[in-house]
Amino acid sequence: MTDKEPHSELPIISITGVSKFFGDFQALADIDLAVNIGERIVICGPSGSGKSTLIRCINRLEAHQAGTIHVNGVELHQHMKDIDKVRSEVGMVFQQFNLFPHMTILENCTAGPMWVNKVPEAQARDIAMQYLERVNIPEQADKYPTQLSGGQQQRVAIARALCMNPKVMLFDEPTSALDPEMVAEVLDTMIDLAQSGMTMICVTHEMGFAKQVADRVIFMDEGRIVESAEPTQFFENPKTDRTRKFLSQVLVH
Amino acid sequence: MIQDTVTEELLLRKPRFVLLLFLIAGIVFFILDPSQTAVGHFLAPVAGNPEESGFYGRFVTSFTLAVLFIVNLVAISLLPRFRWQVIVVWLELLLLFLAFFYSFDLSFKFIQSKIWFMVTQGIFTTLYVSAISIMIAFVIAIFGSVAKLSSNGFAFAIASFYTSFFRGLPLLMQVYLIYLGFPQLGFVIGAVPAGIIALSLCYGAYMTEIFRAGIMSIDDGQWEGSRALGFKFGLTMRKIILPQSIPLIIPPTGNQFIAMLKDSSLVSVIGVWELMFLARTLGNKTFNHLEMLITAAMLYWMMSMVLEFIQARIERKFRKVQR
Ligand SMILES: Nc1ncnc2c1ncn2[C@@H]1O[C@H](COP(=O)(O)OP(=O)(O)OP(=O)(O)O)[C@@H](O)[C@H]1O
Ligand SMILES: [Mg+2]
Repeated sequence: MTDKEPHSELPIISITGVSKFFGDFQALADIDLAVNIGERIVICGPSGSGKSTLIRCINRLEAHQAGTIHVNGVELHQHMKDIDKVRSEVGMVFQQFNLFPHMTILENCTAGPMWVNKVPEAQARDIAMQYLERVNIPEQADKYPTQLSGGQQQRVAIARALCMNPKVMLFDEPTSALDPEMVAEVLDTMIDLAQSGMTMICVTHEMGFAKQVADRVIFMDEGRIVESAEPTQFFENPKTDRTRKFLSQVLVH
Repeated sequence: MIQDTVTEELLLRKPRFVLLLFLIAGIVFFILDPSQTAVGHFLAPVAGNPEESGFYGRFVTSFTLAVLFIVNLVAISLLPRFRWQVIVVWLELLLLFLAFFYSFDLSFKFIQSKIWFMVTQGIFTTLYVSAISIMIAFVIAIFGSVAKLSSNGFAFAIASFYTSFFRGLPLLMQVYLIYLGFPQLGFVIGAVPAGIIALSLCYGAYMTEIFRAGIMSIDDGQWEGSRALGFKFGLTMRKIILPQSIPLIIPPTGNQFIAMLKDSSLVSVIGVWELMFLARTLGNKTFNHLEMLITAAMLYWMMSMVLEFIQARIERKFRKVQR
């Protein structure tokens, strides 16, 4: 099912003993997590539990203060030279899309390949159109982000990240800012992506999505990983009370 | 601002308000006593000789003026188009101004004999000094604002010292300091370069603050979105942040340029032959000071209007791009 080397045993992301502080407040406490190529991970947990902080540490939008993070064999630290290279290999999709409003959809998608990977413009456009087709909005290529619906914008954001040919995709609550009727179109895109074998780490409360595609579901609370299990185990037989309580809250809706 | 679709009833449609306004206007005119002015002379057939008409003449002239004033106001308010109202009011105010200048009994012949020189020498110098200065200031502002936002203590210190110093001293003093101070250091510097340096540094400081505000108003998400794609700082700044800040920066920058156009008059003190310098010197010999000052004033104003127009065009263009 996966078209990337599934036999590779080296984790593409390995996080060991990571802690993160905002001033005196500890947002992450001693996190250990290894993600293999092709693995799909869903992270959930109550608000403020550190989910965003954790995945933002993976492309170093946030700095961690203790422990180590390796992405594709490169350690992330303050004085590293090639953070831009790591970031260009890690796609990120934000809750608020963060598209560039002064550029067309096509330009949003070609910018990365052209400016970072030095792909010629014609080729970058081909790549962009290929991914825009994949997320089902090739016809919007010449519009500006604000002319699109939220769901369409988020799909562009996914396409924009994919244009960099990333090894991992990070999603930070990609459907939370969307109207209910647009959630499905974005989830469908993500499911499609998962089935193509992309390595994904998704912070989301869409439990249906987790059940359908996740290899592992991670539950965080107060900056710690409380539980980590495959979906059936996680949903049917949660080990801790906190997980059970959280599940009863999200699954009611 | 978006206009409301419902307009309140105009005050000028309410008879009581109009009457009140009329009374006030009448009283004000009466106090100012127009009977001795051109209006009084014009109304002499009715009000009698201004010199001896006394209270009656004063009453008739102020009453007439008040009527004219109110009729004019109501007439303008009845004009059906926003545009027409603007044009009529502008023309009327302009006429009033001209009448004001006319009353100085200026020698138009003298103006005519000097105006060509004022335009070719004065305006030319004023414009090129301002244009060069604003361009240098623009470049200073880009670096200054980035430095002020940077986490590098050294860069921040230099930038904040610079803005504090050049915003803190009167421009006139900066002009003197640079013109007279540089030779002390061994650099002899011409008046024009000294003026350009002073204007650039001063306006660079103000524009640094404008740029900083423009950059800060861009959502953090844009930085993160850009960074997450692997864009380096310079690329993010050039391609993502600045293009979005420019539309916010343009109106205050245009404002600064118009201000600079007039502040460039300060370099006349070190002998640059720009508009203000000519205005002060040309009329000296024949005591036609007022002629030259008013001519220069009109020329400054016209240049500013042209710039305002250009600014409006540029703003509109950027708004279209941004939607
Ligand atoms: N820049 C910051 N400065 C200070 N505290 C922060 C900052 N960012 C996050 N925090 C704190 O760190 C904790 C974890 O935040 P984080 O955004 O990772 O939570 P989350 O699990 O993503 O929550 P949510 O579901 O609301 O997005 C929160 O208590 C938050 O207040
Ligand atoms: Mg979050």
